[in-house]
Amino acid sequence: MDSQLLFSAIWVPFIFGSSLALFSSKKGSNAYKWISLAGSLWPFLVAWYLFFQFEDGLQGGYQFEFLQSTGLDSLGIYLHLGLNGISLPLFILAGTVGLAAVFYALHSHADRIQLYLSLLLIMLSGLMGTFASIDLFFFYFFHEFALIPSFIMIMIWGGVARYAIALEMTIYLTLGALLSLVGLIALYQQSGADSFSMLALSNALAERPLIETIESNIFALLFFGLGILVSLFPFHSWAPKGYSAAPSSAAMLHAGVLKKFGLYGLLQIAIPLLPVGALTWSPWLIALGLCNIVIIGMVTLAQKDLKQMISYSSVMHMGYAFLGLATFSVLGAGGVLLLLVAHGLSVALLFLLSTSIYKRFATFDMNEMGGLGKIAPNLSVFYVLAIMASIGLPGFANFLGEFVIFAAIAEQESLRWVLFVSALGIIISAIYGLRSIGNVVFGTSEKYKGEEEFHSNDMKLFEKLPAMLLLGSLMIIGIFPKLFTDKANRDLMHLYGNQEMVLEETSQLDEYQDLKD
Amino acid sequence: MTNGITNLLQELSLSNQWIVLLPEISLALLALVLLGLDLFGKASMQAILDEFKFKISLMGQIAILALLLIGRDSFNQAGTFLFGGLVEQSDQTFLMRCFFILGSIFVTVLASRFLSKANLPKAEYYHLCLLACAGFMLLVQSAQFVLFFVSLELVTIAFYILVAFNRSNALSLEAGLKYLTLGALSSAFLLFGIVLLYGISGNPNLEGYTTLGFQFGHLQEFIHLNADNPIVRVGALMVIAGICFKLGAFPFQIWIPDVYQGAPTPTTAFLATSSKAAGVFVLIQLLQGPFLALNGFLIPILSLICMITILYGNIAASGQSNVKRLLGLSGISHAGYLLMGIIASFTIPESFVAVFFYLCLYLLSSFLVFGLLVQFNQEEEDQLEISAFRSLFSKNAFLGTMGIIGLGSLAGIPPLGGFIGKLLLLNVAFQAELYWLIGVALVGIVISIYYYFGWIREMLKEQESEEQAIAISFESRIIYGFIIALIVVLGLIPGILISLL
Repeated sequence: MDSQLLFSAIWVPFIFGSSLALFSSKKGSNAYKWISLAGSLWPFLVAWYLFFQFEDGLQGGYQFEFLQSTGLDSLGIYLHLGLNGISLPLFILAGTVGLAAVFYALHSHADRIQLYLSLLLIMLSGLMGTFASIDLFFFYFFHEFALIPSFIMIMIWGGVARYAIALEMTIYLTLGALLSLVGLIALYQQSGADSFSMLALSNALAERPLIETIESNIFALLFFGLGILVSLFPFHSWAPKGYSAAPSSAAMLHAGVLKKFGLYGLLQIAIPLLPVGALTWSPWLIALGLCNIVIIGMVTLAQKDLKQMISYSSVMHMGYAFLGLATFSVLGAGGVLLLLVAHGLSVALLFLLSTSIYKRFATFDMNEMGGLGKIAPNLSVFYVLAIMASIGLPGFANFLGEFVIFAAIAEQESLRWVLFVSALGIIISAIYGLRSIGNVVFGTSEKYKGEEEFHSNDMKLFEKLPAMLLLGSLMIIGIFPKLFTDKANRDLMHLYGNQEMVLEETSQLDEYQDLKD
Repeated sequence: MTNGITNLLQELSLSNQWIVLLPEISLALLALVLLGLDLFGKASMQAILDEFKFKISLMGQIAILALLLIGRDSFNQAGTFLFGGLVEQSDQTFLMRCFFILGSIFVTVLASRFLSKANLPKAEYYHLCLLACAGFMLLVQSAQFVLFFVSLELVTIAFYILVAFNRSNALSLEAGLKYLTLGALSSAFLLFGIVLLYGISGNPNLEGYTTLGFQFGHLQEFIHLNADNPIVRVGALMVIAGICFKLGAFPFQIWIPDVYQGAPTPTTAFLATSSKAAGVFVLIQLLQGPFLALNGFLIPILSLICMITILYGNIAASGQSNVKRLLGLSGISHAGYLLMGIIASFTIPESFVAVFFYLCLYLLSSFLVFGLLVQFNQEEEDQLEISAFRSLFSKNAFLGTMGIIGLGSLAGIPPLGGFIGKLLLLNVAFQAELYWLIGVALVGIVISIYYYFGWIREMLKEQESEEQAIAISFESRIIYGFIIALIVVLGLIPGILISLL
């Protein structure tokens, strides 16, 4: 029953989305709005229902398993769905951001809005599928399923220079996706497992570990392939361009959820299954992660365009996640998971707000903005809170994620120096965050300069609802991280805690518990 | 002695079971009926007759396909000694026969629109198309070089005419001449190779010599014993060169852009799909049959050809703006991906599944794209540029979807079927440990994304001026809609096709 529900979170948005594309509704009819709302509400509800059904077993592992053959049995590929403590938070993230994005798009006055909504729903269905897949093939397949609509959305509804940007992004991301696909196939072939599922692979690898060189080669494929998808330095250049050209709801889903695919793949698959390979490449993980933080951080500082700034900052924050992965500890992995969820929510919120701000000023240039506090007080409050969350103010989930990652780095003597370098990032993000608040919220804008009275133009209900949904989730997780960490702990322990490490971690976990309370 | 020969002849004549070739024979008869219609039909009824010819050709082929599928057991006698060893059937040849009929049905559909648009004679085109199809079907079943060569020539000669069919068009004539000269050259290569193999295998000084050097089975035994013989190697290489011409693989790809551009669009589609598929299948059969023992010698050569083919096709296509040339050049790269599966078939017999799946999806997706070209009202399709497709999606959403699905599947974008095809090929290549080829294929796929998406991008652009919408008839909508659905369904549930194998 629950497993059928899990599957329905994938096919319901898909069916609703494709029916929107196939049948055009009558002029003036609002049916399409209800259909798309229903299509996005369903996965959200299912995700939360499954959250409460998720049993806290002792062993960890997957729940709500769903198995269906699609005729690729000879290759060991089945449609195998399920959730564990690591994928559950991301599954909920996808449902939440999806609902917010679709809801926001309902009122976006785009041309051919029905097609737009239908692509968003199809993308959502792919996202739900990615995080619910146990089978590696479908894990990849659903990712592509979500990726393609985002290209088309940029091409049709994107901003300046959208055709060139969409093409660049397509080539970049296809390259990344293909590299990781080859890595996954290689992993499957080399492990000798009889099916593509993560469970079978980890069992097979536990019995017969790979030769070190093979393991490190496969890890390299996955690391760079997935790294391109997460905008790892120096393969990040598609991200700021793509996000600033993308229509807001597409950017919300892509930056908020889809980009997490790569890190999720490293967290759930690559590092646990290929620990030796990961260890070989850990200097790269650290070095490139630091580049993401420091170099991209500097670039973010130089941005004048609001959307560009948000996009670069989202690239920058991915650096922390790479550092967290490089600690190879339960604590670090837990921090990465928290950061993924938190960052997904906050970056989606920022993209949403940036479009709302654009509607007030008709520009993305921060130098020409100003005085949002007077024009739209509610919007300003949201914006200030969202920036605060994104730069890691305590009380929001981002803070916890980054803090736990720093704690995990500090645990390891040899990585202390990393701590100092990455701490620079906190200062950098505080600078650009606060400066953008100053530019946008205070002062007066070019557009309204000279006008005596300000026309109040505050947030409408359709802007408030999705923003509140995202901000509320951020605060809830920030205050009660236990919601997710309790469920994730067992799986993280299972994947990251070898026997000795488990002993080591128990003491740390106590601290970790204190920290949360 | 005389008695012995009589017995042998009797035995041979008993193996002439004409029933197994009934589908091919019916195709030939259908072709004759079409010519007869032209001969005896009244000139005043020409307009009605033209429509009738199309219907009879289409219905006839569908009926033959149905006949083949229903009577699978009687038309496909795997493992039986047929026609004195000329014909050998297996489940694989059966699938290929179905594939070719399907391909020629598609070509007939394309031709019906093209021929009425360009005002060209109908009956001859359908006639030749049917004959070429019968030739393909015989080619894949032949287990002996004489039948092999004769059926290949049947196909090639039909193509000489089909390519130059639009006689009022200079480009079509040029294409015809180029295809004729280079086709004859490749036939010469092939024939020379066959003769060398036949001659050397009949040399009594060599171990395991045989008087039946044309038979694949006997030749295989001979080559197995004499794999190091230089003449054997040269002969095998020349045969492969002749087939590579059909495939459009690297050193023999030079004819492709011009011929694809100049030939009438349905012929181009026929060349791109059935002709390529025949080359692929025949190559697999030869490599798993007579040339099996030469694998140590052939694998490096074929790998090199495969790599250059993939890169050449993709790099040359990425600068093209003429769509028919682009399709031709990108078709070269598809031949390269298929070669990867062919090379893997030396060690991994299951490669056939991957290759066949890829071929089927390539057929379906190419048909969508060529169908799109034919739907354009412009008479001269050979001058069609990518820019002509600008904002197609807003002019006609159905045609736009056709293009996006077709090109997306050619590019191998999930969830379309073309992706599964690429996945299966990569998978067998991994099993065969062809890591270098995989690397090159990846580079190729990424380059191909550039031009396929460049084309899709053009279709998605906004409409700048109010141009008239392009119409598409209801019947075409049904046919193309069915193919679109098939490509999507095969991407989601590939088992439908794989379970056939």
